[in-house]
Amino acid sequence: MPTSAAENYFPVLLQILIAMAVAGGMVGGSFFLGHKVRNRIKDMPYESGMVPTGDARGRFSVKFYLVGMLFILFDIEAIFLYPWVVVFHELKMLAFIEMVLFIVFVLAGFFYIWKKGVLNWAAEGNDEGKDAVRILSHDQHAA
Amino acid sequence: MSALYPLLIIAVVLGIVLNLAGGLIWVERRLLALWQDRYGPNRVGPFGLGQVVADSVKLFTKEDWIPPFADKPVFVLAPAVVVATSLLAFAVIPFAAGFVIADLSVGILFLLAASSLGVYSVVLAGWSSNNKYALLGGLRATAQMLSYEVFMGLSLMGVVIMAGSFRLGDIVEAQRHMWYVVPQFAGFVMFLIAGVAETRRLPFDLAESESELIAGFHSEYSGMKFGMFFVGEYIGVILISAMLTLCYFGGWLGPVLPGPVWFGLKTMAFICLFILFRAALPRPRFDQLMSWGWKVLLPLALLNLLVTGAAVLLLR
Repeated sequence: MPTSAAENYFPVLLQILIAMAVAGGMVGGSFFLGHKVRNRIKDMPYESGMVPTGDARGRFSVKFYLVGMLFILFDIEAIFLYPWVVVFHELKMLAFIEMVLFIVFVLAGFFYIWKKGVLNWAAEGNDEGKDAVRILSHDQHAA
Repeated sequence: MSALYPLLIIAVVLGIVLNLAGGLIWVERRLLALWQDRYGPNRVGPFGLGQVVADSVKLFTKEDWIPPFADKPVFVLAPAVVVATSLLAFAVIPFAAGFVIADLSVGILFLLAASSLGVYSVVLAGWSSNNKYALLGGLRATAQMLSYEVFMGLSLMGVVIMAGSFRLGDIVEAQRHMWYVVPQFAGFVMFLIAGVAETRRLPFDLAESESELIAGFHSEYSGMKFGMFFVGEYIGVILISAMLTLCYFGGWLGPVLPGPVWFGLKTMAFICLFILFRAALPRPRFDQLMSWGWKVLLPLALLNLLVTGAAVLLLR
């Protein structure tokens, strides 16, 4: 039975190295095995046979950015709960009451963003979906 | 000697996982065919099993095309990331009592961390391709995987409260009298939904929904790099099935048959369930997927955690 942390995690290191080797071997293998024929048409972005206009480095909906922010907020809140679940058996009632308070606060923030419309993903032109955009540009149209 | 033993286990585990991932392409096509009342691949070798070999030879010898308009290093890195990270997660999966690469005390945390690294592959693939469909697919996949990851961990915490440990071996041993699917049924259903969303399988394959986005984030990929996204997806399916088996269905515990056989059978049953989902369920709209995750499943996961905590407190 391994005791020290180094002994415990040594197989993980091996697994990381071997997993990277497998992935690298797959990429490298196809690099050496495949033949190469290039032409102008093949070197165009695939857009169902249409000639592409512009490139894909344009702007995209701000909603994706909001999801990123929400993920960071809520995943950190979730991570606070992870240590709680293992010390729960020792702290018992105290831990439970404190975590009820914590989750109530999290849910209060959650219902706030819900009411603000951040969680609405309805299409543009639908009034519901515009709320998410309005939060980030709230005073642009105010005047 | 002590370095050789983990190497041996890694070789066995990787051998099983990679061969299973390749074989699952055949299993999925045959099962889908069965459920859709047709034959599926049955020409190459017995039961069409040679199709697996034929497909991988074909993918390996295809042209290794890197688009001149793409961000080349990132474009090559993305499929390698998906395979490497999903293989990495298998480091803590116990196939039987003691048969595990690394028996970490933070097993479940390691699993969640390693499986969530897979998000990088779709972000990198979608962005580096410099193709509008790839970008849209990559964005969708990112938003979907981030949203479902939040309560994926939370839904597992009910199990951890009951077992009192993050170590997967301890969680399985704690299920000797009753599988956790009975007391944690809500958590099981939430984790299953999150798992399907996390592996981007149908019905939650909005990232690659071929009827609107061609193939989403891997539109520009071909040859083996395209195949690697599939291998990564199947490894992800095996991983989620193994996690469901370990956390809710008693892992290797079972009568008569030896442990690894039970583990394999239960995992295979979940893999078939994943394929049945693909055969049976229609795809939701993206806004439905997002509001379902945030507005329904996230509060439910928190509630499940509190109820489980209260129950554990009262019954002890």
